[in-house]
Amino acid sequence: MGLLSKKDAKLITDPFADNNPITIQVLGICSALAITAELKASIVMSISVLFVLGIGNVVISLMRNIIPSKIRIIVQLIVVATLVIIVDLVLKAFAYELSKTLSVFVGLIITNCIIMGRFEAFALGNGPWRSFLDGIGNALGYAVILIIVGFFRELLGSGTLLGIKVLGDPVEKTGLYAYGYENNGFMLLSPMALIVVGIIIWVQRSRNKTLIEEH
Amino acid sequence: MEHIELFFKSIFIDNMVFATFLGMCSYLAVSKKVSTAVGLGAAVIFVLAVTVPLNWLLDQYILKEGALVWLGPEYAEYDLSFLSFIMFIATIATMVQLVEIIVEKFSPSLYNSLGIFLPLIAVNCAILGGSLFMQSREIASLGLALNYGIGSGIGWFLAILAIAAIREKIRYSNVPPALRGLGITFIITGLMAIGFMSFGGMLTGGDEEAKEETKEAIVTPKKEINVIEVAEEQKDKKKEVAEITKEIVE
Repeated sequence: MGLLSKKDAKLITDPFADNNPITIQVLGICSALAITAELKASIVMSISVLFVLGIGNVVISLMRNIIPSKIRIIVQLIVVATLVIIVDLVLKAFAYELSKTLSVFVGLIITNCIIMGRFEAFALGNGPWRSFLDGIGNALGYAVILIIVGFFRELLGSGTLLGIKVLGDPVEKTGLYAYGYENNGFMLLSPMALIVVGIIIWVQRSRNKTLIEEH
Repeated sequence: MEHIELFFKSIFIDNMVFATFLGMCSYLAVSKKVSTAVGLGAAVIFVLAVTVPLNWLLDQYILKEGALVWLGPEYAEYDLSFLSFIMFIATIATMVQLVEIIVEKFSPSLYNSLGIFLPLIAVNCAILGGSLFMQSREIASLGLALNYGIGSGIGWFLAILAIAAIREKIRYSNVPPALRGLGITFIITGLMAIGFMSFGGMLTGGDEEAKEETKEAIVTPKKEINVIEVAEEQKDKKKEVAEITKEIVE
């Protein structure tokens, strides 16, 4: 972090734990839960949000002095929608199978609260370089949670990671399956994503007692 | 019949919160009191009921491949569906603004109680999600689109009402400190989602084969009866084989 001042470096490291967009700011939960049954989908979604949030933050920050306050939500929506259309077309062209798995959730990045939330909270009041760092930081915080949830769901649910069978072959009973281990198919279903995120929040708040709510 | 099926499907089986997790942010933020939850839920039903049919019309006559044929036959190959995101979100933002103006004019008390949440509905994933799912599932008519919009809204309303009621009650329970508030809400929502999965078998009675399968499943639940039936079947088969061999010999 030699080229970033201490304050700037904080913009990237804060969202990892102390100000994590999903578990602390409670933003961007919709897409975090629905597509994390595969680790690959989580990684692609994280990269998409990184792209949209990073560039979106810079664009809004550059325009911040000329956007009239009354129509700022509409302007933000147009910027985000354009970037998401680009992401959607790129995915359809280079990773068609994955875009079918992600289906409507790529479009739902538009209404992903993290993006609008960071525009309102940061980009409208700060310069382009800092807004870019803030966007990257928050997108990385989002990516951390998505990858953790995707990791556990895919590992425990289908015994694979990124499609590679790491626990042995369930059909031929090699590896762990030879000892009678079975895949927990329930992990692939959507409710388990909620419970895994609940456990992540539990671990996070036990380690950092200042985050505990009173009620 | 199709309408009733779609209605129940969108409330229980494809519930916006429990099956596809749309609208979670405002769901978690507003569910601390039942009264605000009811207000927001009603607003979401109204906005979905208005925007899904409108977006259906937009998709049908402007955005789909070949939709512009009504302008003239030379437009038959135009496919504007890549503009769906922008056009859907534009209609939603406009309709929400309109709804806000109407509510402010005709019911100032409702307007005050909803506060900031009425304009925030425009960026609620549930609203855009409703329109996008309508497009990806290729809903066939305007009536069905209206049906889907109202059904999805009622499903979301049920979900937020239930979680608000539960959160009010657990305020006096002994939740571990690190799980209080957000953590326990996630886990409870997960358990409710598991509960809603039980509705998945509700609408299998669409065709004759499925009906017969479910009838057999209800009639023979225990393994012991199956064994007896299998034994009887084997006896019958042996009789048939004996008869056939008799015929062959003769």
